[in-house]
Amino acid sequence: MSYIPHTESDRLKMLEQIGLETVEELFQDIPESCRYPELNIPDGLPEMVVKKRLKDLSDRNQSSDDALWFLGGGLYRHFVPSVVDAVLSRGEFFTAYTPYQPEVSQGTLQALFEFQTMIAELYGMEVVNASHYDGAAAMAEAALMALRCKSGRKEIVLDEGIHPEYIEVMETYLAGSDALMRKGRPDDNSACFITANPAFTGEIRDLKALAEECHGVGALFIVHADPLACGLLESPGVCGADIVTGEGQPLGIPMSYGGPSLGLFATTKKLIRKMPGRVVGRTMDAGGRAGCVLTFSAREQHIRREKATSNICSNQGLMALAAAVYMAAMGKQGIRETARLIYDKTAYASLTLGQLEGFSVDQGSSCFREFILSCPSPAADIADALQKKGIFPGLALSRFEASEYRSAYRENDLLVCVTEMNSKDEIDRLAKALTAAAKGNM
Amino acid sequence: MEIRYAKSHEWAAKEGDLYICGLSEYAQEKVGDIVFVELPETGAEVEQGAPFGVIESVKAANDLYAPLNGEVAEVNEGLEDEPELVNSSALKDGWICKIKSDDDSFSALMSEEEYKEFLKGQDE
Repeated sequence: MSYIPHTESDRLKMLEQIGLETVEELFQDIPESCRYPELNIPDGLPEMVVKKRLKDLSDRNQSSDDALWFLGGGLYRHFVPSVVDAVLSRGEFFTAYTPYQPEVSQGTLQALFEFQTMIAELYGMEVVNASHYDGAAAMAEAALMALRCKSGRKEIVLDEGIHPEYIEVMETYLAGSDALMRKGRPDDNSACFITANPAFTGEIRDLKALAEECHGVGALFIVHADPLACGLLESPGVCGADIVTGEGQPLGIPMSYGGPSLGLFATTKKLIRKMPGRVVGRTMDAGGRAGCVLTFSAREQHIRREKATSNICSNQGLMALAAAVYMAAMGKQGIRETARLIYDKTAYASLTLGQLEGFSVDQGSSCFREFILSCPSPAADIADALQKKGIFPGLALSRFEASEYRSAYRENDLLVCVTEMNSKDEIDRLAKALTAAAKGNM
Repeated sequence: MEIRYAKSHEWAAKEGDLYICGLSEYAQEKVGDIVFVELPETGAEVEQGAPFGVIESVKAANDLYAPLNGEVAEVNEGLEDEPELVNSSALKDGWICKIKSDDDSFSALMSEEEYKEFLKGQDE
């Protein structure tokens, strides 16, 4: 197939058809000064010079690989096995568009099916869809789904510790609807109660107690669960969640300046017809051979727009594939060990940093991956000072303004993030750097 | 038992104090294999011609429109496990719900003959 759309003779034929001779005549309605403006572009450069110039520019970036990195707050630095990129870069996957046509997309469909299956196991849920844009979109879709399931109830109740930016995304999703968002505890006006496990600030929640409270007032229980933490903790499904959402970036997806990431969405069989997004199912063809197809698509946006369960018309196929390859490569044991490492290192870091003079860690319950370090001076100042030395000690929570949906963070609060990538030595170096910064010796 | 039809292809017939409703033979054939029926809730107030449920077939999801004004008195819970009953027995085992209604909204529906006439115009 030729990718050159038309030849010179094609062009002449087209011009002839409309009674013109030249392309210039075709554009004569455009003011002459705008027609073929001189562009101020320098002359071409040799490839060697271009490469050198680009490298010099990219060397000015600070990469998490070169820095002492304790920055989290939504996207995390985790180990990505090489096999993830190797599979992802295959042309069949890399260039594939939306897999509507099972006869040409078996590979993509099967990969999504495997992805769904593995996420279902991690979350302890019966059904998983083929993904959303990111964790925030998934959470907002879950809120909309709860409103569909509980007609007559208009309230979305938020637990403490939902990511402030996720709340903004939900506000956008709910704008124009008569749904009401509030923080607090669910009651019999609530369509759902949403919690995050671990919370934005790292605390691990008692999901079973929350599920009971929710179901007691007839609201759906929605858990935004970190998939890696699920390798260690009891799954949200076992604890009684009706919908589980998550950010899949920790599963083999690099931070990449903030995206693309991967929205996870799971629910129970009972609620499958209220679920947004697409679901890949496995079936048999007329010859008895196994094959994968999109299923439960009768209410999909492309079939029945006005009654669609969601206006989301794409999913993150390639990122879902990355997560599937990651989960397959790590295995059950690998994911569990990674989660354990993160948990233990977080505990070590919070103990170590909390004992530094002037610093403290107040969180009583145990934390996963993140915790709030209370600093002796504004956290943003300390972070700024350290970043100049290539040390990223965490996220200054003063970045998030107080909102009606959650309590304000204190100016001195630093959200420190520890993953399996941080060695004990790195944590000790951070402790020294923080002490020095607090004394103004940086 | 007199059976009357709505233009949106639901049927209704009087059964004791209630009106039993379902989807017409013509409609079940048109939508194809039915995989799910979203039933109205018992006790719900329904309005003739307003959507009160959904029929989902392998092809698409279609609204069900209430053939009568009134209150839903009973729904066919058998459809939750066997939605295909609507295909195999649209006028009997595949009934959708029973509505407590008045005779006026029933007589506003088409008679069987009128519906047959109406269908002749549908496929042209």
